[in-house]
Amino acid sequence: MGMTDIIPLIVAKYNYWLFVVLMMIGLYAMIAKNNLIKKLVGMNIFQTAIILFYVSIGYKSGATLPIIQNVHEGHGHAAIHAADYINPLPHVLMLTAIVVSVATFGVAMALAVKIYQRYHTLEEDELRMRLSEK
Amino acid sequence: MPWQIDMIVLFFVILCAVAAITVKDLLSTAILFGAYSFMMCLLWAVMGAVDVAFTEASVGAGVSTVFFVAAVFRTSRRTKD
Repeated sequence: MGMTDIIPLIVAKYNYWLFVVLMMIGLYAMIAKNNLIKKLVGMNIFQTAIILFYVSIGYKSGATLPIIQNVHEGHGHAAIHAADYINPLPHVLMLTAIVVSVATFGVAMALAVKIYQRYHTLEEDELRMRLSEK
Repeated sequence: MPWQIDMIVLFFVILCAVAAITVKDLLSTAILFGAYSFMMCLLWAVMGAVDVAFTEASVGAGVSTVFFVAAVFRTSRRTKD
């Protein structure tokens, strides 16, 4: 495969490249950031990147929203072409994922508040120092 | 999907994500994270996933930001990185 074949492939699938970039930003924040809240932001970026991947799978160019058209004009019993509509199954799965992600975020924030009340810091290295003192 | 709108939104998504994990003030992180969620919601509306888009707008950009700001006010705005 020559260079001339690779470049259109990269350009055509740019949503998937964005998904990889966002996932790596989230992974970097989860691993390398010192503050617990920053780690949570990284986790949320990671989750939205995966949701973006699933929504990109369901997308078809030239298709419309998954609502059946022309039902009330007398020919509602005509054959429905699935190629005319965006696939709604990944959307429904990702609605659940969004709700789960906000629940995770809320619980994690509550835990961060409790950690701050007990140790008066949110930095990971200071927390390690406090824990090793005992 | 009109690719010009798509490119502008994708650019702002990356920008908001990088800015949200880089700034040194957690309240700024909260606001940038809300902007990131809203840009994601625009992206999904452009891609035809309107149900995902309005769930993200209400839950991701709304409720998450409220949680975030409440947590920052109960802890501290200071961060080392």
